[in-house]
Amino acid sequence: MTAHALASADAPASAAALATNSLDLPTLRFITCGSVDDGKSTLIGRLLFERRLIPDDLLATLRRDSLRHGTDGDNIDYALLVDGLEAEREQGITIDVAWRYFATPTRSFMVADTPGHEQYTRNMATGASQADCAVVLVDARKGVSRQTRRHAAIVALMGVRHVILAVNKIDLVAYDAAVFHAIAAEFTAFATRLGLEGVVALPLAARFGDNMSARGERLGWFDGPTLIEALERVSITSTMVPLPFRMWVQWVNRPDLNFRGLAGTIASGSIGVGDSVVMAPSGASAKIRRIHTADGDLTRATTGDAVSLVLDHEIDAARGDLVSMPESRPQVADQFAAHLIWMSADKLLPGRSYLMKIGSRLVPTSVTAIRRRIDVDTLEPLAAATLDLNEIGVCNLSTSVPISFDAYADNHATGAFILIDRETNVTAAAGMIDFALRRATNVHRQALVINKAERATLKGQKPLILWFTGLSGSGKSTIANLVEARLHAMSAHTTLLDGDNMRHGLNRNLGFTNADRVENIRRVGEVAKLMLEAGVIALCSFISPFKADRDMVRALVEPGEFIEIYVETSLEACIARDTKGLYKRALAGQIKNFTGIDQPYEAPEAAELVLTTEGASAEALADRVIDYVLAHGMRG
Amino acid sequence: MPALSRHLRALESEAIFIMRETVAEFAHPVMLYSIGKDSSVMLHVALKAFSPGRLPFPLLHVDTTWKFREMIAFRDAVAARHELKMIVHINQQGLERGVSPITSGSSVHTHVMKTEGLRQALDQHQFDAAFGGARRDEEKSRAKERIFSHRSSAHAWDPRNQRPELWNLFNTRIKRGESMRVFPLSNWTEADVWDYIAAENIAVPDLYLAKPRPVVWRDGTWIMVDDERLPLLPGENPEIKMVRFRTLGCYPLTGAVPSTATTLPEIIAEMRSSSVSERQGRLIDADETGSMEKKKREGYF
Ligand SMILES: Nc1nc2c(ncn2[C@@H]2O[C@H](COP(=O)(O)OP(=O)(O)OP(=O)(O)O)[C@@H](O)[C@H]2O)c(=O)[nH]1
Ligand SMILES: [Mg+2]
Repeated sequence: MTAHALASADAPASAAALATNSLDLPTLRFITCGSVDDGKSTLIGRLLFERRLIPDDLLATLRRDSLRHGTDGDNIDYALLVDGLEAEREQGITIDVAWRYFATPTRSFMVADTPGHEQYTRNMATGASQADCAVVLVDARKGVSRQTRRHAAIVALMGVRHVILAVNKIDLVAYDAAVFHAIAAEFTAFATRLGLEGVVALPLAARFGDNMSARGERLGWFDGPTLIEALERVSITSTMVPLPFRMWVQWVNRPDLNFRGLAGTIASGSIGVGDSVVMAPSGASAKIRRIHTADGDLTRATTGDAVSLVLDHEIDAARGDLVSMPESRPQVADQFAAHLIWMSADKLLPGRSYLMKIGSRLVPTSVTAIRRRIDVDTLEPLAAATLDLNEIGVCNLSTSVPISFDAYADNHATGAFILIDRETNVTAAAGMIDFALRRATNVHRQALVINKAERATLKGQKPLILWFTGLSGSGKSTIANLVEARLHAMSAHTTLLDGDNMRHGLNRNLGFTNADRVENIRRVGEVAKLMLEAGVIALCSFISPFKADRDMVRALVEPGEFIEIYVETSLEACIARDTKGLYKRALAGQIKNFTGIDQPYEAPEAAELVLTTEGASAEALADRVIDYVLAHGMRG
Repeated sequence: MPALSRHLRALESEAIFIMRETVAEFAHPVMLYSIGKDSSVMLHVALKAFSPGRLPFPLLHVDTTWKFREMIAFRDAVAARHELKMIVHINQQGLERGVSPITSGSSVHTHVMKTEGLRQALDQHQFDAAFGGARRDEEKSRAKERIFSHRSSAHAWDPRNQRPELWNLFNTRIKRGESMRVFPLSNWTEADVWDYIAAENIAVPDLYLAKPRPVVWRDGTWIMVDDERLPLLPGENPEIKMVRFRTLGCYPLTGAVPSTATTLPEIIAEMRSSSVSERQGRLIDADETGSMEKKKREGYF
């Protein structure tokens, strides 16, 4: 009956008729979001059904599936049209985003159905990052919940400009106008605090089609738009001032000696032949000679065009560079404040090295401070030492080299980034840059008259960092001391940084939690780098259990300067040796966070040297290190 | 040639962006080429993406030995015309075991000759990224898949644990042995594909156009008798009918639809008024509900 009736008079006459966009209608990208079970998937399934986009064979399948998995008795469960994963159908919830496409006579739509479940918030953010508009659903019986507020906060943070509030399941409160108005007022007040203007609120019964394509009698009291009308009215064309020209160099297109093009997609603004452009961060400039595409050269290219820019003369340009015009350059900095939405089950560790991908650029970066965490219920700032899965914070970040960017509020294409965990490769966070903390363009490093190479020349050696890593008691310090003695005998200038010694001085305020271990290694890395710059061979002997931290030190110096030496001894052998009696205490539970016992050791995958200690003498192993140093040009 | 609509241009640019990103970030990409309309579009866009140079990666066709003869001829002609490096892989162990759609049934045949064959080829050539022409509007589990879709070292897809895919910032990092499936046409619909083929005048196999063809009625659909390997069941008499195909695959598993559409515009008109889905003619999808997801978790494209 009602559930199966086609509510709409203007629905297209034939199935696929308006799945297509042959009319070249403007496209609106939107998401459905809100708390678990509020009816997001039902809404989209019902919408597709009402647009007659469900072919007969799929409708037959849906009827069958509804009996098996449906949450709605014998009636059609429209959510099953979008909840396509087996796990989703079995549990009756959405886990990941589904993308769907439909059109009305005036507009084409790309919609992402997102999960309401808190555990899958990152999948909701995936949808939000693509959207111009968000339909936030609220169950009329339950009202605005914590998850509604969290989604609204993410929508605001990601700069989704238009919000439609759909008060759903209005049938379950007897189509009561008062309930609708109360929820609309509460949500609108919260949205205003988030800076979301012009929320359009409407009542809905998605399951029955009330106020979807057509009003329906039971909502006769409502004088606002139907859902379709509201979606058709959202303005797509941006009223903002045109953005300056930006293009990330994706790939240098160099098929032969006669052609060198900077391939990329215009991220914002437009560019014409003859225009001057500058590369960031290098600052090199040139003029556009050609704008190549496979369909012939263009005289102008605008936002969204995939092109290859040919310059009038060769300049240094590579993947990751940002092309702009000299009068409207991006900012260049290595420290900035940004909002982060944390998406990994492993907590954010300040000081740890992550990879930042911004445009086509990939750079090591670390969070230097968490300025505040945002409570999604109250929007109050809270102090925080870390960010957990699904938490939102404002952080200071520092990149290993300066990057070019704009504030996210000014330009999404140059202000958005992701953080990648270097160990697991998971996408750990979504980031939006707020502002530069220190402009690399103003605060230059003090130029030094004498440089590293000159200091090294005087010493007649090539400075190196010899980084010994391995379990406690694996033999790092023993071997490092032997190596240093030999180098010294060969008149090399050396120093030895040892974990225990550093913890008595520079690092005495640090403990052994994950976060403190990261900071320990960061400081040691900086000290080793200073030694290197002084022309010295720095031997470093640290358990350094985390691969990401060792890689962070490696990234501080030039290729070939950081020599990772894995002192490989089995845990059993270390426990048997137990020279300091520490394993005994750790095993007895008297020492917490002990590597190998209750904290992992991540063995190097690509160490320059692996020294297997069992069955070899420390002297022989030290010789191998010396051989390596001699072979790699100790006499610089 | 009519200029591309804004809508198709945007889809094309997005696909070019995805392809360039892949080539820039992976050591050994490959393009899965299945000879159908989606592969034809994907190849056409790829040739544009890397113009004026040639394709910086080879194509791979996993041949089950049961494709329509016309498809194989078309594949070889395309490879020659564009001077492509076309790797053709056949699962020899499967052949030796005598696996075929006739004797083994659709699901075993597809698993061994397609899924296993694909895994063999990817492993053998050490490809770390493979382009596929899948679209999200094809099927309910595909609607859920990322553009850059991570595969474990066993080629498995973990649909419950996909990486978030934010903005157009694709996380392309993988560990040794793992790989990425990349779907540049994710956001295209079937209608977009045909509109683009018409606008860009892209060659597709004639099988998509209606022609008198020898067919038998089997399992609720018209199966073409493409060669003598198809055993006729009692009561089956091949008859000549005007039919065409909406998707192309192994001929004993691909149902034809009666049609009079002999030109591209007629195909497009027919598709717009159709009330059944594109994949309906595929016997392999109908095996069980959720079967596409199951195949994908095992490494099917
Ligand atoms: N009475 C009534 N029930 C509804 C309405 N809309 C949805 N439902 C029911 O609410 C339940 C949950 O619907 P879903 O569409 O799966 O909810 P969801 O928001 O997509 O849930 P998640 O994606 O898991 O967060 C189903 O049983 C629907 O049939 C409505 O308007 N009225
Ligand atoms: Mg849902």
